[in-house]
Amino acid sequence: MNNPILAVERLSITFNHRQTVVDDISFEIHAGETFALVGESGSGKSITALSVLRLLPNNARLNAEAINLHGDDLLGRSEFELCKIRGRRIGFIFQDPMSSLNPVMTIGSQIEEVIKLHFDLTRDALKQRALELLQQVELPQARQRINDYPHQLSGGQRQRVMIAIALAGKPDLLIADEPTTSLDVTIQAQILALLKNIQQQTGMALWLISHDLALVSSIADRVAVMQQGKIVETGATAEFFNQPKHPYTRKLLSALPSMQSCLTHSTEEKPPLLQVSDFYCHYPIRKGIFKRIVDYVRAVDGVSFDIQQGKTLALVGESGCGKTTLGKSLLNLIPGSGRVVINGVELNALTGEALRRQRANIQIVFQDPFSSMNPRMLVGDIIAEGIRALHPKVSLEQRKARVRQLLQQVDLPEDSALRYPHEFSGGQRQRICIARALAVDPKLIVCDEPTSALDVSVQAQIIQLLKTLQQEKGVSYLFITHDLAVVAEIADDVAVMYQGKIIEQGGVAEVLTQPKHAYTQKLLAAVPVLKMDH
Amino acid sequence: MVVLWTDALIYLLIVVMLALGLYLRGKEHIKRPLQQIGSSKIGMISLVVLLFFVLIGLLDSVHFKPADDKKNEIVSLLDDWATPLREHGEKTYSAPFAITLYSKEMMMLADGSIQWGYPRLEFGGRHLDDPETQRIRDILQKGFYGLAQGVGLTGLFMMLYLCIPMLRRGNTVRVAPAARAVVNPSTKAVWLVLFIIVPLATTLIHLSAYYHVFGTDKVGEDVFYQAVKSIRTGLVIGTLTTLIMLPMAIIFGILAGFFRGWVDDVIQYVYTTLNSIPGVLLIAASILMVQVYMANHEAAFTSVIVRADMRLLFLCMILGVTSWTGLCRLLRAETLKLREMEYVQAASALGVKQGAILLRHILPNVMHIVLISVVLDFSSLVLAEAVLSYINIGVDPTSYSWGNMINGARLEMAREPIVWWSLTAAFVFMFALVLAANLFADVVQDAFDPRRSGNE
Amino acid sequence: MTQYIIRRLLYSLPLLMGVNILTFVLFFVVNSPGDMARMQLGQKHVTEQSIANWKQQHGYDVPLLWNSDAQGEKKITDTIFYQKSVGLFLFRFGVSDSGRNIGADIKERAWPSLAVALPTLIVGLLVNICFALLMVLFRNSYLEHAGIVLCVILMSISSLFYIIGGQFFIGKILRLVPISGYDDGIAAIKFLILPVLIGVFSGIGSGARWYRTLFLEEVEKDYVRTARAKGLSETQTLFQHVLPNAMIPILTGVVVVLPLLFMGSLIMESFFSIPGLGSYTIDAINSQDFAIVRAMVFLGSVLYVIGLLLTDISYTLVDPRVRLS
Repeated sequence: MNNPILAVERLSITFNHRQTVVDDISFEIHAGETFALVGESGSGKSITALSVLRLLPNNARLNAEAINLHGDDLLGRSEFELCKIRGRRIGFIFQDPMSSLNPVMTIGSQIEEVIKLHFDLTRDALKQRALELLQQVELPQARQRINDYPHQLSGGQRQRVMIAIALAGKPDLLIADEPTTSLDVTIQAQILALLKNIQQQTGMALWLISHDLALVSSIADRVAVMQQGKIVETGATAEFFNQPKHPYTRKLLSALPSMQSCLTHSTEEKPPLLQVSDFYCHYPIRKGIFKRIVDYVRAVDGVSFDIQQGKTLALVGESGCGKTTLGKSLLNLIPGSGRVVINGVELNALTGEALRRQRANIQIVFQDPFSSMNPRMLVGDIIAEGIRALHPKVSLEQRKARVRQLLQQVDLPEDSALRYPHEFSGGQRQRICIARALAVDPKLIVCDEPTSALDVSVQAQIIQLLKTLQQEKGVSYLFITHDLAVVAEIADDVAVMYQGKIIEQGGVAEVLTQPKHAYTQKLLAAVPVLKMDH
Repeated sequence: MVVLWTDALIYLLIVVMLALGLYLRGKEHIKRPLQQIGSSKIGMISLVVLLFFVLIGLLDSVHFKPADDKKNEIVSLLDDWATPLREHGEKTYSAPFAITLYSKEMMMLADGSIQWGYPRLEFGGRHLDDPETQRIRDILQKGFYGLAQGVGLTGLFMMLYLCIPMLRRGNTVRVAPAARAVVNPSTKAVWLVLFIIVPLATTLIHLSAYYHVFGTDKVGEDVFYQAVKSIRTGLVIGTLTTLIMLPMAIIFGILAGFFRGWVDDVIQYVYTTLNSIPGVLLIAASILMVQVYMANHEAAFTSVIVRADMRLLFLCMILGVTSWTGLCRLLRAETLKLREMEYVQAASALGVKQGAILLRHILPNVMHIVLISVVLDFSSLVLAEAVLSYINIGVDPTSYSWGNMINGARLEMAREPIVWWSLTAAFVFMFALVLAANLFADVVQDAFDPRRSGNE
Repeated sequence: MTQYIIRRLLYSLPLLMGVNILTFVLFFVVNSPGDMARMQLGQKHVTEQSIANWKQQHGYDVPLLWNSDAQGEKKITDTIFYQKSVGLFLFRFGVSDSGRNIGADIKERAWPSLAVALPTLIVGLLVNICFALLMVLFRNSYLEHAGIVLCVILMSISSLFYIIGGQFFIGKILRLVPISGYDDGIAAIKFLILPVLIGVFSGIGSGARWYRTLFLEEVEKDYVRTARAKGLSETQTLFQHVLPNAMIPILTGVVVVLPLLFMGSLIMESFFSIPGLGSYTIDAINSQDFAIVRAMVFLGSVLYVIGLLLTDISYTLVDPRVRLS
């Protein structure tokens, strides 16, 4: 076994002298290997990586017995010496490439900056080297795009640029902090393949930080799991995923949604609740002195589907395909046109007061549990808001009783009604949002990526809650998501969206096991599957 | 009791603030920033200084006609209390703590001869027989006495404050835990400041019974008295203007941001138009209007004070009308952002009417901007008054304001030897108020800024 | 781009109309032409005839807004409002109520205003940015705290104090430069030193604080972290990454006041006896010369609108995100 490239011994990090975020962890990374550090949000994995480079925020205190890079001590180095190491011997890839790149510098100059810092090259040699790097990360049309600004590139392309910047110093160790979390699943697969390729070409070590176990299983050699600042289990990948030892690891693995569960859904036909035909959402593009309409952005371009009573239709697609627009415009939050019939009532024919009264039938749960509730309102008032608006005759006592009942149904304690949203965790907040939607007894709930911002174990709980509520109340869901594994868990039917159109729909087992459209096939191929076999 | 227009508005403001305080008493999202302000030493010190100024201003806002009065004038509580000072006018300039006038005159001596020298003051240092030798000692003695008074008074308050919990120990001590938490960390700082301010005040008060502590101005009026009276003017301009400006800014800003479309276009047009006219001109034109109105309705304005008060009121109104655009723009931008927040969309989905959305979701979430703006604008308004008085479109020249003091003194700067005390007094008082306001504004801003506090 | 400019110019027309109407209303609510005539002619001993003459001379003998005696379109055009406003839009300012040519006066007085305002702006900008950068470089240290306290103190002192104090100490006691006044050509420089110095000094408090806030906002962003991960030192990051990004709001904030520099600072010009447009306006207000006031207000609004336009254009030039979208 070669000498470890990075050896961390007994590292602890505290904030404000009180809060311990990393608690006495030790690990090693060897040359040429891919080491994955996994954990849920708040476990301390990103902070650990930043601490190696000493890029911690001001109020953090670092304490360790040793941090060695190839045998050299990093802990005792001065800031000046660390500047020589950053970028040159350790490269870092951050999570969100849009905000991690300087918006007013061209990508070429941002790459050249790193090279200039650590190597002594002529101007032409610099430009040449930058171009080589862009080609190495497989950026299409690198020669033309080298003078572009970050906002002119797509998400995947920006991440390639980040990788190029990290590679420019020819580092021994590459740290990637959730490099694909903000990318679409097809792009994610490409970026991961790229990283693995480069690693094999250069022989450097790759330290991958992620919350996505399935993704990690496809690329890592060794895995370590962090829980609340401690490393609870380490091991080679095969052993780790097939025979997890620690209960937390086991809990994480069992919470993963699996594609197999698509086979467990019933295919019994029920009467249709929602019928959508020929639905459009066109945004006008205005140009010219008098802002005349020249063209339209076809966010949703002629979509038709049905949802049966008590069943779940999953609407799947990548970012920009129009699925969120469709979901929101069904509730008239975004203007759209087309025929929408729910329970026999034609919604598109209604306006004003009549439309308002129909609102009880369709409700929505949003993606971000932090911004979907008014931070200055009590939870009880938040939940009761719909009742107040749509059933004004209900008395205060009756409302309070209903709120208590709803809190019980979503498994939250009764006294939650007198607290504020910020006192709850992400998963709990999502439960409050579900309670809010249920308060007016809707027939259909549009769930707009409700679990995308949650940890995997919390996600499993929320999915279970939704299923239970569906069984008890017979409510239908339009579940919008980009995660095919979640689709397999929760949906009865699937509709795949691409560029504003539904390109394939059908029963979940059928679509997921025998996809007909090329795009569906591409999506399915890109989903990281947990390799549990030997 | 006589209630002037500005007095009435001040009472209204106090009532509104009390009501607001009661309404927000239990709200969680107010408690936390308040606790943060309470634990900041700078915040509490500047608050104490501000409250001191406010106290003086309030004393000066209760007007009445004195019973034994023959001159038909209106005085305030402060005037009444400071009566000796008010009536001890000299003939002309005199330096601080001086015994004689500042300039030489022809004096008639006791034996009938005429001498060209510095005449003694009528009131300043009158009690001294031999000014040259006695003056310094006398000042020190009296100063010390005043200091002792102040220290004793503050010490008494502190004793009472500490004793109250002990006296109450018999009953259940139901002091709200939040109040305890608010006061404790910076209590020491507050008491320290009180031990400085109160003795300083009592010393000055005690000394001013015997001397003109800051000298006298051109017409012989005591400068200390003028500076203290000007506090009310500064406070009124800082607060009433805001009272007038707020409803307009809030309503227009929120409506423009929420409804967009033609409502937004109209409101933007209005405030861009207002902004393009130099503020000075608007104020000048309005002040002229007021003067014409007052000239045409002589009967309604019975005395100089009522007239000056009217002009002050109108100045506040004009300043309010010209300064709402800044806050309006900020609120419009914030409302545009809030409109896209998911909880507003959720409210629409739940069938909540637009009016309710505005009141329940938008308004509470922009109040922090309003608060920061109010506190920040206060100091700039106080400073602006001085400048406006200089260009003769500020308060009435007969009313007391720091601007008038500076204006009057400035013209005399070229005089040899120089008359510096009027300017200095005005600047010192103005600086104290504005500095306290700025420091307090900073602390408030830190506490209420959602980015730095209570991130969700 | 040009379409955008044209659209904004078209939008500014109703704006200027609105400004014009507002000024008109404000002024004539207070004064009638009769009062104005009396004021110009000297209050006492004026006959009705001389008033009527003056009115006719200056075009105030027709009704304010609506001429019911005239025919057809003359009902509107034969009024004070129309007559006085049309000239403005063609930039013919006409003659002031006291008989001087306003256009010529403006041209002459614009330069002194600019001579004071422009150096103040530029020097002030440089000083404030340097000070703010220093405070950000040393953030979370005692130096920064001291800097903030100093800024608050400087901010709390009235500008009048700076002027009076500055005039007193530098002019009278040290006798380095003349206190006030103005001269033509290069000789003007010695008269400008004091106003510019005081102008810059009085603006340090609020300016440095504001720029510090802008810099701090940028420093918290992710790309700064990337820059540090590349191996750049704190100083290098500040100058090569934070400053260019923060310059966008700074520059656009400066550009919007550029046209208004011509109007000059009223206070500065009064205290230092600089014959600029600011003092021109003040004198006109004091003597209630409507013609000058109207012209200055119109000019001010035009410059303000130009300033808004320049801001939008500069955003496009400076921020690649706007330029290339």
